[in-house]
Amino acid sequence: MTKYMLIMRADERGVAAYEEMDFTEVIAAMGRYNESMMKAGVLLAGEGLSDASEGFVVDFSGETPLVTDGPYGEIKELFNGFWIIEVGSKAEAAEWASRAPLGPGAFLEVRRVTDASDFPADNEWVQKEEGWREEQAQRAAQA
Amino acid sequence: MSHETEERRIDEESVRRSGAPGEVSAPAPAVDPALVAERVAAVWRIESPRIVGALTRFVGDFAQAEDLAQEALAEALEQWPAEGVPRNPGAWLTAVAKRRAIDGWRRRERYEERVAAIAHDLEAERAAEAEAPPYDPDRIDDDVLRLVFVACHPVLSREARVALTLRVVGGLTSEEVARMFLVPVATVQQRVVRAKKTLAEAGVAFEVPPRAELPERLDAVLGVLYLIFTEGHAASGGEDWMRPELSREALRLARIVAALLPREPEAQGLVALMELAAARFPARTDAEGNAVLLADQDRSRWDLGAIARGRAALERADAIGRGRGPYALQAAIALEHDRAASVEDTDWAAIVAVYDALAELSGSPVVALNRAVAVSMADGPAAALELVDALAGEPRLALSHLLPSVRGELLARLGRDEEARAEFELAAERTQNARERAVLLAKASGRG
Repeated sequence: MTKYMLIMRADERGVAAYEEMDFTEVIAAMGRYNESMMKAGVLLAGEGLSDASEGFVVDFSGETPLVTDGPYGEIKELFNGFWIIEVGSKAEAAEWASRAPLGPGAFLEVRRVTDASDFPADNEWVQKEEGWREEQAQRAAQA
Repeated sequence: MSHETEERRIDEESVRRSGAPGEVSAPAPAVDPALVAERVAAVWRIESPRIVGALTRFVGDFAQAEDLAQEALAEALEQWPAEGVPRNPGAWLTAVAKRRAIDGWRRRERYEERVAAIAHDLEAERAAEAEAPPYDPDRIDDDVLRLVFVACHPVLSREARVALTLRVVGGLTSEEVARMFLVPVATVQQRVVRAKKTLAEAGVAFEVPPRAELPERLDAVLGVLYLIFTEGHAASGGEDWMRPELSREALRLARIVAALLPREPEAQGLVALMELAAARFPARTDAEGNAVLLADQDRSRWDLGAIARGRAALERADAIGRGRGPYALQAAIALEHDRAASVEDTDWAAIVAVYDALAELSGSPVVALNRAVAVSMADGPAAALELVDALAGEPRLALSHLLPSVRGELLARLGRDEEARAEFELAAERTQNARERAVLLAKASGRG
């Protein structure tokens, strides 16, 4: 079994179409989609994101990270939400992705989620990363 | 026109519609037969319980429904490369299978008789449903549940339940099931054929068990899923210490059952237990595939997402408010391990307390043995050895490697090395798993 992230994107056309849609219907369709994945035992996580105008961008191009409101004007596709599913094959991930209740101007980018087997256990940097994760896990457990 | 014939007419129409040219869905029409085969397999994995469930209700016979679904799959593999994949592949497969059923009745000139029988069944079903709908009235969900209960029916042998569940509910092919269990494909096929025959002979109804029988029958279902999980978790035979794919499939099936029976605490408890055990999979083998025991595992490799999902499932089980059953209790133990940064950091007293509750419920000597291990961590090896020695005459442990393996561990910690060595050697002799034997022999030679 492999985990995939379904990344929801929309271009200007998709955003415009979304604004035309009946919000209740959109919510109901998404609810049915999520439920179908839950009842198939494949849904691990999923979240929707609020409007991009509420968000901000941290730009690492300069010497110090720069927090800005934009520049959304230059971003052609907006990232609106995601699902993480665990399935038996890439084809199965494609099958679930193509069932999402989305319309013209919407895209799902599907990416495999890496797991421990992608990284050798003896790699120094992986171990450092894991050390950090362990520390976080301990903090979370103590919280 | 009766409701039933109308339903069939719509089905025939949907076959024509979905077969029409130009009605091809995304992803783009795959003409490469290999790609189509992948797509068919993916659709089958997603839809099989719904398809076989709906067909069983339609033809009134589970074995025939499964055969019809397989025939429809074969037809898809032939047609889809040339004509493209239909917009709704699951509906296409169901409709084709139903059409084949109707053709069969026509050929056998039992058409009228059969239609009358279906009408009767549907009426009876509707009346029964009106009386006491035990679950979600959504019929599709009920079909899947019925299928789960049929595949795990007590008239079937354990092997048959496992094979049938993985094939019909899990949507795996016989080849995949065979590979997972390291048995020949023919063996799996025979098990399925024999299972279908047994179900037919016993006249097993396609139903969610009535309330009075539900606890026992659900227990059987969860038992099958747990068996599949543990077979992957600590393979009983063969060269590999784990077959995680098998466990992950069991987990997926447990999630299905828990989603369909959200008010059953043990269904949630089983999901919790599996998630919390699967969280440690990345750390349970080293780079060479050798077993790494809990104490030596690199806990930074544990899957934090799985731990969070397991914890959430245990909370759902608790929220139902009917107390913790054996699976939820085992999940609680697993959670104590998963949240500890190290063996020393583990709350062993809390684990002993959960084992007390578990021992009270199950009375199993294996639980008593595991409790003794927890006691050894909380109160030291001497206290635990007394408990283990009290289990020596237990017939259910007589042939198992577990007792000598735990005894060896405790004796080694007490510095009684010679006695420990003998116990580890005995345990190595008894285990069926090659990797585990290697670990035990290493301990016997003082390298463990």
